[in-house]
Amino acid sequence: MCLGIPGQIVAITDASRGLATVDVAGVKREISVAFVRNADEAVEQLIGAWVLVHVGFAMSRIDEDEAAETLKILSELGEVAQETEAMRASGRA
Amino acid sequence: MRFVDEFRDADKAKALLAEIGTVAAKAADRMGRPANIMEVCGGHTHSIFRYGIGDLLPKSIELVHGPGCPVCVLPMGRVDDCVAIAEQPGVIFATFGDAMRVPGSKKSLLQAKAEGSDIRMVYSPLDALALARANPDREVVFFGLGFETTMPSTAMTVLQAAADGTKNFSLICNHITIIPTMKAILDDPGLQLDGFLGPGHVTMVIGLEPYEFIGATYNKPVVIAGFEPLDVLQSVWMVMQQLSQGRAVIENQYGRIVPKGGNPVARDAITRVFELRDFFEWRGLGSIEHSGVKMRAAYAQFDAERRFSVPDVKVADPEACQCGDVLKGIIKPRQCRVFGTACTPETPLGALMVSSEGACAAYYQYGPRAGDEPEKANAA
Ligand code: SF4
Repeated sequence: MCLGIPGQIVAITDASRGLATVDVAGVKREISVAFVRNADEAVEQLIGAWVLVHVGFAMSRIDEDEAAETLKILSELGEVAQETEAMRASGRA
Repeated sequence: MRFVDEFRDADKAKALLAEIGTVAAKAADRMGRPANIMEVCGGHTHSIFRYGIGDLLPKSIELVHGPGCPVCVLPMGRVDDCVAIAEQPGVIFATFGDAMRVPGSKKSLLQAKAEGSDIRMVYSPLDALALARANPDREVVFFGLGFETTMPSTAMTVLQAAADGTKNFSLICNHITIIPTMKAILDDPGLQLDGFLGPGHVTMVIGLEPYEFIGATYNKPVVIAGFEPLDVLQSVWMVMQQLSQGRAVIENQYGRIVPKGGNPVARDAITRVFELRDFFEWRGLGSIEHSGVKMRAAYAQFDAERRFSVPDVKVADPEACQCGDVLKGIIKPRQCRVFGTACTPETPLGALMVSSEGACAAYYQYGPRAGDEPEKANAA
């Protein structure tokens, strides 16, 4: 729950609500980018950016190399599969 | 060396361990006894056990596992409140998976679900809000818990629900806040701590400034640490470096993720929605002043505690359970009288056995078994 996982923002789905599609190790889902957008730039500027994703929110911008390293370590630990499974299963009865 | 070859960069790990040995010797000279360093965050506890870091460190450094897992510290009375809400007709109760197995006084959420309550595991509070939109005739209640890492996300979800005019969504707020908690630990007369590994992702939100008093007033170093094994080793080295030089300041090992000023947008969401509770009850630690938050009156309609009647009773931890002594570092998990017998990850009696970030579950999964291997203190 507290570890977070790197993902890349690939599309903006709802600019007014600050929602975007993020790609986490090949799994896509909608997240909020409200905490990482700059007030003075268009939200579209975030497309392509790497972010640390926590419980459906981008919490911090990170650089691409860092994201790749972190993903590698998390996948060795089995945490990527755990996180993406939680994303997929979310909300089902 | 148990796991060092599994490290991303084993050579770097070995070099760091050698350097830690050198500064630890200097610190031991200065202090005249071993150094006790507490990792505050359950994510660190997990890494430390996964990589056997405790065993790799010199004998003059003892890692003390802090109360940093928000699932672990939930008292039974709060779980009972959640179960009571989940059992009301028409309610969909949404929770992070980690919280499902935390024992209440009668049952856990998992047991309530097996008995027929509509309890759903969600990945994000946004998914709980989506459930509310998809089920307008049902009441959706989200179980908000965690430190400042998850607090802004819950706050933003409430703000979104308010902006959308969503009427059937509410939150049972069990968020806790890190600084009053650390202060309570520092003020405990029984505790013997020399420094801290600070929580990386909490600090990404709150920034470095809130920790400054720990060096200034209590004279203890704090190093904000990342979660990879090399991050943990480097952070231990930084704490020991400070101890060997007699310094006590806040330092940031995890600068690639944690900006000095934290995330002001996230903090703003927190202060709009939440305010401090006078007291919050912790499993095993009792009541800690200002350690939890509740929803402001302006968001009362999203506050499940105001919308539903909950038992709201304090329930004492089971007699046999020694979570409190473990959380305070008085005993090691294996010294608890029910460890591995009445209390296992499959049937947790205390909350420290529930998630892999809890000290007891980590010992159970990765630590040497009783009788198998000597404790580090006796090991070569
Ligand atoms: S073994 Fe169980 S009861 Fe004992 S301290 Fe650990 S979690 Fe608590």
